[in-house]
Amino acid sequence: MSDKSYPDHWQKPPFIANPLLRWGVWLGVAAYVVTTIYALPIDWERVSQGLTRASRIFGGAFPPSFARSGLLIDGFLESLKIAILATFGGVLLSIPIAFMAARNIAPKPIFLLGRAIIILARSFHPVIVAIIFVKAVGFGPLAGVLTLIVYSIGFVAKMLAERIEEIDFGQVEAMRAAGAPYLSMLFYAIFPQILPRQIGLSIYQLDSNLRASAMIGIVGAGGIGATLANAFGRYDYDFALAITIVIVGAILVSEAISGRIRKML
Amino acid sequence: MLQITDLVKRYGAGEPVLKNLDLKIEGESIVSIIGSSGAGKSTLLRCINKLVEPTSGSIVLNGTELTALKGHALREARRKIGMVFQGFNLVDRLTVMENVQSGRLGYISSWAAIMRRYPKDDIRHAYELMERVGIAHYANKRADELSGGERQRVGVVRALMQRPEILLADEPTASLDPKTSEQIMQLLRDLSKELKLPVLINIHNVAEAREYTDRIVGMRYGRIIFDGLPGELVPEAMEEIYAGVPSQDRQQGTAPSAALKAAT
Amino acid sequence: MTGAKDHHERSSTLAEDWTRFTPQQRLARYLGLLAAALAIGWSITSIDVIWAWVWDAPQQMGDLLGRMVPPDPTNLATILKVLWETVNIATIATAFAVLVSLPVAYLAAQNTTPNRVTLWIGRFILVSSRSINTIIWALLFVAIFGPGIVAGIVAIMLRSIGFVGKLLGEAIEEIDRRPVEALEATGASRMKVIAYAIVPQVMPTFWAVAILRWDINLRESTVLGLVGAGGIGIILQGAIDTFNWPEAAMVLLCILGLVVLGEIVAAWLRKRIL
Repeated sequence: MSDKSYPDHWQKPPFIANPLLRWGVWLGVAAYVVTTIYALPIDWERVSQGLTRASRIFGGAFPPSFARSGLLIDGFLESLKIAILATFGGVLLSIPIAFMAARNIAPKPIFLLGRAIIILARSFHPVIVAIIFVKAVGFGPLAGVLTLIVYSIGFVAKMLAERIEEIDFGQVEAMRAAGAPYLSMLFYAIFPQILPRQIGLSIYQLDSNLRASAMIGIVGAGGIGATLANAFGRYDYDFALAITIVIVGAILVSEAISGRIRKML
Repeated sequence: MLQITDLVKRYGAGEPVLKNLDLKIEGESIVSIIGSSGAGKSTLLRCINKLVEPTSGSIVLNGTELTALKGHALREARRKIGMVFQGFNLVDRLTVMENVQSGRLGYISSWAAIMRRYPKDDIRHAYELMERVGIAHYANKRADELSGGERQRVGVVRALMQRPEILLADEPTASLDPKTSEQIMQLLRDLSKELKLPVLINIHNVAEAREYTDRIVGMRYGRIIFDGLPGELVPEAMEEIYAGVPSQDRQQGTAPSAALKAAT
Repeated sequence: MTGAKDHHERSSTLAEDWTRFTPQQRLARYLGLLAAALAIGWSITSIDVIWAWVWDAPQQMGDLLGRMVPPDPTNLATILKVLWETVNIATIATAFAVLVSLPVAYLAAQNTTPNRVTLWIGRFILVSSRSINTIIWALLFVAIFGPGIVAGIVAIMLRSIGFVGKLLGEAIEEIDRRPVEALEATGASRMKVIAYAIVPQVMPTFWAVAILRWDINLRESTVLGLVGAGGIGIILQGAIDTFNWPEAAMVLLCILGLVVLGEIVAAWLRKRIL
């Protein structure tokens, strides 16, 4: 077209424009990787035996043994009961906590208290909560139920509070103008708006609780997790594999059912 | 030269979309294909570079039979066929330069492609073409920051970067406003002349087809029913191509371009 | 976390018109209510708890919390050091998991997987990784690699692959097909089409999911120690086993701080990168 000379060099503009900062970030990342990998307290000798141990474990695990299926079913039913009761209790408790934690309804100090409860419930992994409850109320499903109630509050109350914060206040205003007392205002103007949400959340939480109940059993809070931990501790790897298969199957089924129900709603 | 002979395309067991179609494009002419939606224009274009697999027939580009090609040989043949799309089909999150260079991907190593280390010649060529179409100053901009007309220019440059032997354009102006649309058509015509490149354009807008192309092919129900100079596209021929189609869908227009050209 | 997203989508379809039910829907509602009541009744009557303990529980919890106050900071230096180790476990495991999940996502996405067999392999990896909890993975790897952080890193990694891989696979399935078509038309090889047309489109999801999972892994890595897989959990377990409740309280406070800080960092990263 023309004889004009065109640049023959092009470089993609870097993500971080400032070169000093860019190299600083790279250097920081490199330093972090090197130091952490170097500093990790790893017993390589022990790790190197992993392959033989793995082959022993998997050798012992196949074929999975369903011989003690009575124990397995009891454990599973217990997990289910824990999940149901925890969902019921958690959802029930979530309602007042969610109202406390809704900016548009609660006075400031109560709002802060409500948020604090939610943050506290969300921040601790259920296994940590479980181990504390196990110490307080002893081994068994009670600790499991209490743990999962806390776990449910962390999620359900948070979602519900967010829903309350975005409700339509026209209805609330109307009730207030009609001189309705506070409680009936709650019942007639706000509950109807959050109820459908609440049902969906409860079903979702039941599914989550069933998953979680399999894990908190490992630290002594009852259910199928306890059965699994026992089998593992006694080197009954074939039974442990059978339990794991049941857990995975139950989780898949529960996920499918809860998805189906929530779609129907 | 592009020679299409007895081309058939059938999806599943239904009625063929293209029925025993013959078409010959010689020299560096700019040819438009018109017809209502569903006439098979887009399928025809996509059969040429085998984005759509033809059912039977033959497509020969400068001595290479395209229909039988597979794998590496197909990719090599595609490098010689540039294509411009209705929706521009740019990668939004990449820069204009990366989009333009993606036209050369067939020629460079994977490593060079991933590291964005493009050959000097390609970069020079890219700047030259981008300046030609007026987007050189956008080289470092992300593609999604550009306007529709600018994006289509990027699409055109990407296709030209392939140093194609033919350029296919599938409704290149259908997503643009009338003024930008005229500019792109004019650009395609000029580039065809400058680069001695045959261009085959699917187009909805008959007025633009008349104004900017050397030859018009009219399709209906998967067949070519008109093939001639813009002047030969008389009302009877139009009627045959578009019979039964509501007139507002024909986009005949009465050359709004005259006024626009005066303005630009 | 994905559930939270689901809820948002669904709440719009759940709609506001809750009162207008056909008799059929009303019946379904009562049946649902009845089923829930039956399930709760069955659980309460058959669960294996000693009810005296239940009524006693609030007092027991109160006692325990009383013994935790005030938290004891004598070992704070050690706690913080191990806490940092915990962060490293989460970070390294997330980094590895994210890398491994790329090819898995590629296999598990319908539009990129080479064939049906690879699709099912990809899906199988995702399902088995996702359905087994981190702590169960940890149990297994402690048995294999011995107690220590290697077991913890591998456990977190394996659980994360499923999570990241699933979300990434969905992102791949939702990409805009048109740039892919355009690059195929230029005669570029499969590899280059992926690098130029698919990778850039998936990048935002990739970073968002990596950050989200890092945040989750931070929490998960605090409990690995309870089954012997390294991190702050070991100190917590030690304090609890020796009834050193003030120190346990200190550890819990540190974990709380870490998790809150992690959330702040994650939010900041999201804003900077996306």
